[in-house]
Amino acid sequence: MSNPASMVRPWRLALVAGVLACGAAALGWRALHLQVMNRDFLQDQGDARHLRIHAISAHRGMITDRHGEPLAISTPVDSVWVNPRELQAAQDQWPVLARTLGMGAQDLEQRLRQRADRGFLYLKRHINPDLAARVTALGIPGVFLQREYRRYYPEGEVAAHVVGITDVDDVGREGMELAWDHTLRGKPGSKWVLRDRFGRVVEDVAAIEDAAPGRDLALSIDRRLQYLAYRELKAAVREHRAESASAVILDVRTGEVLAMVNQPSYNPNNRSSIRSGSTRNRAVTDVFEPGSTVKPFTVASALEEGLYRPDSTIDTRPGQYRVGRSMVRDASNYGVIDLTTIIQKSSNVGAAKIALAMPAQRLWHTYSAIGFGTPAGTAFPGEVSGVLPHYSRWREVEHATLSFGYGLAVTPLQLALAYTVLGDEGRLKPASFVPTDRPSGVASVLEPRTAREVLAMMETAVSERGTGSMARVSGYRVAGKTGTAQMASEHGYDSGDYVSTFAGVAPASDPRLAMVVVVTRPRGEEYYGGQVAAPVFSRVMSGSLRMLGIVPDGTYSRQWYADAAPPRADGLAPASARLVADDGKGVM
Amino acid sequence: MKAQRIFGLLAAAVMLSALAVVYTKHHSRQLFIEFEALKAQRDGMDIEWNRLLLEQATWATPTRVEMIARDRLQMTLPAPEQIVIVD
Repeated sequence: MSNPASMVRPWRLALVAGVLACGAAALGWRALHLQVMNRDFLQDQGDARHLRIHAISAHRGMITDRHGEPLAISTPVDSVWVNPRELQAAQDQWPVLARTLGMGAQDLEQRLRQRADRGFLYLKRHINPDLAARVTALGIPGVFLQREYRRYYPEGEVAAHVVGITDVDDVGREGMELAWDHTLRGKPGSKWVLRDRFGRVVEDVAAIEDAAPGRDLALSIDRRLQYLAYRELKAAVREHRAESASAVILDVRTGEVLAMVNQPSYNPNNRSSIRSGSTRNRAVTDVFEPGSTVKPFTVASALEEGLYRPDSTIDTRPGQYRVGRSMVRDASNYGVIDLTTIIQKSSNVGAAKIALAMPAQRLWHTYSAIGFGTPAGTAFPGEVSGVLPHYSRWREVEHATLSFGYGLAVTPLQLALAYTVLGDEGRLKPASFVPTDRPSGVASVLEPRTAREVLAMMETAVSERGTGSMARVSGYRVAGKTGTAQMASEHGYDSGDYVSTFAGVAPASDPRLAMVVVVTRPRGEEYYGGQVAAPVFSRVMSGSLRMLGIVPDGTYSRQWYADAAPPRADGLAPASARLVADDGKGVM
Repeated sequence: MKAQRIFGLLAAAVMLSALAVVYTKHHSRQLFIEFEALKAQRDGMDIEWNRLLLEQATWATPTRVEMIARDRLQMTLPAPEQIVIVD
């Protein structure tokens, strides 16, 4: 047998080797061609088929009250948008679309024709999911849905001014929604993802922009107190046919705003119903002349100066007192009275005489120290600082009138904050809309002893014989002061318009809450602060103290209860059954 | 001879590793799909949770609670003499 190799002719081997080599070379060339020379183009083509940009939505944070009860929540809704260019082809389906969306067929047609060359047009924003599903079911080409967030305010107009409102694009426009917009607002992001042929995302490739959801915001507001204040203020505005009103409740120890309500209010869930002027949070943006509610500070100033003691007497006879060319008048001739009685009866003559006995600088210094003329420190949008003229510009008349609250202007919040100074042994802290256990920037502006003495005088103003007797609260001692200021017009103080005020703290033995009620232009028979504002104070304070479980320090009286029963206004509950869940602490 | 055996072993190892890469890649994608589905589920639940919060807040508005307490349950505030303070 011969060797098999010898049977193969050498050229055949060369042929096979040559063919294989050619094949290998061809493959190598092709590989080089694809991998190196055409690489970018092919990679792009591949990516275009599998890589997608994926949007990551971020919703706006929730706003809650101090106990976590929601005051503003965003939930997703759908908005219908169309591509007018694409939709021109399906004109026969326009009427169906219009009917489904509840729009006029002609209106729709007009809008689509006007924007026929555009690629994007919102047809209807923020529709409910059922309607959205019906629109999709129509299957009209060029009609799309976009997921958007709509803001809901479960408390409606009760907390509208503090919480504020967002616009249709979910951007803060008013109130805390505006002040904290940067933290509430989510940051939508996007990323590159790899998708398989079923459209499922199989891999995160790279982040383009990191998304961050909006953060929740807890306010210092207590929604139970807020509601109570809202209800009583609204009832008072109706009863006295007042133009506007505000009420503020502060925590004496921390300066937190527990409730803040204004009338008129608005429903933030229905943007179209908002009238101009009703969105203003008057308690921080509007000023008024505080009138007699500043007398406790005049007296505090005099006590600090060392000129007087609480039982020092002033001659207020004959009930009027000439200062320059003006006349300071009292409601009646109180005779020779002590400082306590000046507060109790609210004597203008007494206050003016005390003020004129000390240097102008002294009174200015006290007013300035308790925060008049400076913003209350909340950074609330539109917060104003009020007006307190410098003492170098006071004439004798200003010096006298400032002592009983004319010639300066404060916001209800500033006045309430000033009263926390009296309630907290002379300490002033910034007001805050967010919960704080330990307020920063606490300043001692009055002697603790002065604050206690003035508080005791203010208690007499809320006694049976004081001007603020209607502010009494069953079970608790109250220290407060009424105020009735005539409103200045072009013709001076004779317009017949009044601002009725009551400011006070409770319980007087260890104050926890400070509250201010301001009613502007009451049109009824009554206009005195003790008749208009004091009853509101009594009802709201009574419910608030009970709800917060604060231990009573006073006596109970059925009589005051009857006094405290407000008239029944339409849609408002009578307060004879002010029912509220108790914390289970203190009062049972 | 020895070198040949090592070469064979390495070739087999490379082959095995290549298969393993394919397998783990596939597996990771499966898991990723599951992960994405769970995330979508979580988002859905978050939305639902927000809706429920909103609904609860609406049912529990003080106005409504007060109305039910007074009109339907006939609740009233206790009179001063009915109140006992427990320290």
